[in-house]
Amino acid sequence: MLVQFFQRTHYSLLLLGKSKEAEIKRINKELANIRSKFKGDKALDGYSKKKYVCKLLFIFLLGHDIDFGHMEAVNLLSSNRYTEKQIGYLFISVLVNSNSELIRLINNAIKNDLASRNPTFMGLALHCIASVGSREMAEAFAGEIPKVLVAGDTMDSVKQSAALCLLRLYRTSPDLVPMGDWTSRVVHLLNDQHLGVVTAATSLITTLAQKNPEEFKTSVSLAVSRLSRIVTSASTDLQDYTYYFVPAPWLSVKLLRLLQCYPPPEDPAVRGRLTECLETILNKAQEPPKSKKVQHSNAKNAVLFEAISLIIHHDSEPNLLVRACNQLGQFLQHRETNLRYLALESMCTLASSEFSHEAVKTHIETVINALKTERDVSVRQRAVDLLYAMCDRSNAPQIVAEMLSYLETADYSIREEIVLKVAILAEKYAVDYTWYVDTILNLIRIAGDYVSEEVWYRVIQIVINRDDVQGYAAKTVFEALQAPACHENLVKVGGYILGEFGNLIAGDPRSSPLIQFNLLHSKFHLCSVPTRALLLSTYIKFVNLFPEVKPTIQDVLRSDSQLRNADVELQQRAVEYLRLSTVASTDILATVLEEMPPFPERESSILAKLKKKKGPSTVTDLEDTKRERSVDVNGGPEPAPASTSAMSTPSPSADLLGLGAAPPAPAGPPPSSGGGGLLVDVFSDSASVVAPLAPGSEDNFARFVCKNNGVLFENQLLQIGLKSEFRQNLGRMFIFYGNKTSTQFLNFTPTLICSDELQPNLNLQTKPVDPTVEGGAQVQQVVNIECVSDFTEAPVLNIQFRYGGTFQNVSVQLPITLNKFFQPTEMASQDFFQRWKQLSNPQQEVQNIFKAKHPMDTEVTKAKIIGFGSALLEEVDPNPANFVGAGIIHTKTTQIGCLLRLEPNLQAQMYRLTLRTSKEAVSQRLCELLSAQF
Amino acid sequence: MRLKRLGELCKRREGLEIRFILIQNRAGKTRLAKWYMQFDDDEKQKLIEEVHAVVTVRDAKHTNFVEFRNFKIIYRRYAGLYFCICVDVNDNNLAYLEAIHNFVEVLNEYFHNVCELDLVFNFYKVYTVVDEMFLAGEIRETSQTKVLKQLLMLQSLE
Repeated sequence: MLVQFFQRTHYSLLLLGKSKEAEIKRINKELANIRSKFKGDKALDGYSKKKYVCKLLFIFLLGHDIDFGHMEAVNLLSSNRYTEKQIGYLFISVLVNSNSELIRLINNAIKNDLASRNPTFMGLALHCIASVGSREMAEAFAGEIPKVLVAGDTMDSVKQSAALCLLRLYRTSPDLVPMGDWTSRVVHLLNDQHLGVVTAATSLITTLAQKNPEEFKTSVSLAVSRLSRIVTSASTDLQDYTYYFVPAPWLSVKLLRLLQCYPPPEDPAVRGRLTECLETILNKAQEPPKSKKVQHSNAKNAVLFEAISLIIHHDSEPNLLVRACNQLGQFLQHRETNLRYLALESMCTLASSEFSHEAVKTHIETVINALKTERDVSVRQRAVDLLYAMCDRSNAPQIVAEMLSYLETADYSIREEIVLKVAILAEKYAVDYTWYVDTILNLIRIAGDYVSEEVWYRVIQIVINRDDVQGYAAKTVFEALQAPACHENLVKVGGYILGEFGNLIAGDPRSSPLIQFNLLHSKFHLCSVPTRALLLSTYIKFVNLFPEVKPTIQDVLRSDSQLRNADVELQQRAVEYLRLSTVASTDILATVLEEMPPFPERESSILAKLKKKKGPSTVTDLEDTKRERSVDVNGGPEPAPASTSAMSTPSPSADLLGLGAAPPAPAGPPPSSGGGGLLVDVFSDSASVVAPLAPGSEDNFARFVCKNNGVLFENQLLQIGLKSEFRQNLGRMFIFYGNKTSTQFLNFTPTLICSDELQPNLNLQTKPVDPTVEGGAQVQQVVNIECVSDFTEAPVLNIQFRYGGTFQNVSVQLPITLNKFFQPTEMASQDFFQRWKQLSNPQQEVQNIFKAKHPMDTEVTKAKIIGFGSALLEEVDPNPANFVGAGIIHTKTTQIGCLLRLEPNLQAQMYRLTLRTSKEAVSQRLCELLSAQF
Repeated sequence: MRLKRLGELCKRREGLEIRFILIQNRAGKTRLAKWYMQFDDDEKQKLIEEVHAVVTVRDAKHTNFVEFRNFKIIYRRYAGLYFCICVDVNDNNLAYLEAIHNFVEVLNEYFHNVCELDLVFNFYKVYTVVDEMFLAGEIRETSQTKVLKQLLMLQSLE
């Protein structure tokens, strides 16, 4: 067995590492010897030259510096003996950097070998180019290699090397690789008889297709038919390419990857064939294994997981998605840790597809069990991710409870992330805010050290903004503080909340003002300076709230430990608060120490903290997640300095809240953005240069009516992702612009355009973005939104930039729609129908009868109505098949109550939608928007 | 500086691409390093040490995958040697895991029961094996028969 293969050790190997000093001594002696040979009068023959260059390489690989021998290595390149040439090329690949002066000589030798028609020498030359891949080499050979690749008489092994060599040059210097006739011939390599050639070519085509999808579109049908031939072949058909009874597993994976560069095939025949392939792969997973070896199952499952990735990428075949989900469900309980891990990871993406979300949810118990029993922390981490991804209103209490209980024993490395996730879920799915307060206090109790400032700032913001929970919060923190040892973060939250709302529980003799004060003050001396400072503020607020404890508090403030505290901040607070409490009249005191006003609603800062993982960029950027520390200071109890991490790379994480330093002023003038003013509401003069709406933009727009996040637009160059949040009449939208190419975008100018009609009703504010977008980079723009009055049209986002030599101009509708300003209103059946009757004027009602465009699924419909923004009222309509909803549209000038009723007719596949609001235009617009969703 | 560059590269959505292949022993000595991305010597040394640190603490009950900076390492241990491949986070784990095994089987056949020392003293042959099977960060050839045939042909030229 292979396990034993590397077990034999050897005496001389031990010698090598025996003594560092002895080794260095021996090596220096050897180097001196080689140097003298190279400098000697006698010309060395090829064999000796090879021997010494090889020794130099060996010494270098042992970790010693080598500063000579390059010339001798280059000389070896022109030898006619394979071994000499090979050592020469190896030395160049390992040791020569691209800016070496020798590059001209090297290139010359490579050129000769490429022209030699000797497949061995051509192979060596190509491998050297592929290893070094410098710009100089690209300049010299990028034109030549495509010819080698498609020439009729090139040997198969040379074709393989040429394909990948070209790929390397294309990655390092895409501008130097000329597209031309060869591209169509490369695509046809997918049909090649030699599977090794197909394997190499598929990688090249995949990379080229990502950048030039149109040009390589024909690869789709070829890849599908190649894949189909592989998956339907018997395990012996492909001979050399069958690995442990699995036919060509790596090639299958590569072909499935290539197909992920494209949407589902349009041609029904190709599409049908691909679906068959995917079904065959899923079927094979159910067949009994042909071998018990792990290699067999790994190879088979490598293909299966890639097939599932493609199914998820297409996100269009509910049947395949559900089958994929069931298959992964089986893996969740597999004895192989690798498979359990991969199944959890893959299911995370399935959870976000509307077709499979429900199917994923059925595995909740297994995933919770994984959290409790898995031995590898990275597997438990994936389980947490999956629970987070499958969480919705229906299972939030269970998932949050499980995460909390896991937190008690969770590994230190992932505690902070779990804390963030729990905090976000608790806030997002809180129906009952007492549950939210309990959850966060539990978080602090269980994992106080990992509760970052963002989390406890947020609970305070929410309590202050929601007066229905303030009394409960005060009572709960008061009780939590009774614990003999409680976390300092709890003291902070407790101090802040009692300072604001302690009066709400002061009526109860068990929590009288004096008891509240004594309780807090009993923690005072164990706390750090910032917490003590916060408590001092609480005390002065008590002076205002409870005049009866004023003397006690004044005594505390007056004590030496406060007034003469070594810490300046504490001393200053004590002095000032004491003075304030002595001189100020009750009125002044009441004004100065008034209850905190509600915080302006903005995106949750904890969500911002976690966001990169779920960001529009599909790649998880771990570094950024860890680096991310943007702190929401807005109104936080302890103002922290704004994040000063001025990262020059515009990354989605760098500054989600717009708090960091502004990017350096763009060098080029931002055209048509009104001189870079804050308000980029340019609408008149640029109208003539704005592109018409991009095709498909309407569909995308409709998809955003009931959701706030996702990809708004994508072509081969640019991806635009959105994340937005709305609260009452305000909103905030993050627009992410991703450069999908490896080339810079210049003069990149997004402009928001509101028509004359729209402009007075909708206020949009944003800042210009950096006009240069690096290849592969993503920049974001934040738009602050204010709904002044109800509106019908949507603003247009126009993007202009230069890519390569060409001017690009794209326009899309920005999905800011009236329903975004909905606040759901719960009401009983009786109230609903009473209001319904009140809105019975013909102008107040708008009705639409229309044919269903999507399958009529009750759960999906419910989700859409909730996504639309209104409350979904259960058991209100006497006919249980009907849906009714209610909500209030908030605008700056007015609030408009809205009632809606949706009556599906399954037999006719029709709907009747009725909207009643106090304003005709609103009824009209909401009816239009919602009708398009079913 | 280095982190930034890694981060930028990571955001590009490209195909299967190996960033580097490392063979290390338990003591952390490198037996093979093949780089498919430009790193300077200090960066390489740092990566080698970090890979060793994350891989050697894991046991047989763990997965063969580990997150590493913005990438992931797919690794497999054969007696005292760790074979590690660094790829993008959204690459196919099992395909690389078996690519390692395929590579090891070829080494074993070529060196007739390969041991650590074969890799040390025949380093130039090991590079040839790597280049036959992986090129430009991609899987080049997967057929053991074809690779071995080519290697024997090259050996006959020596």
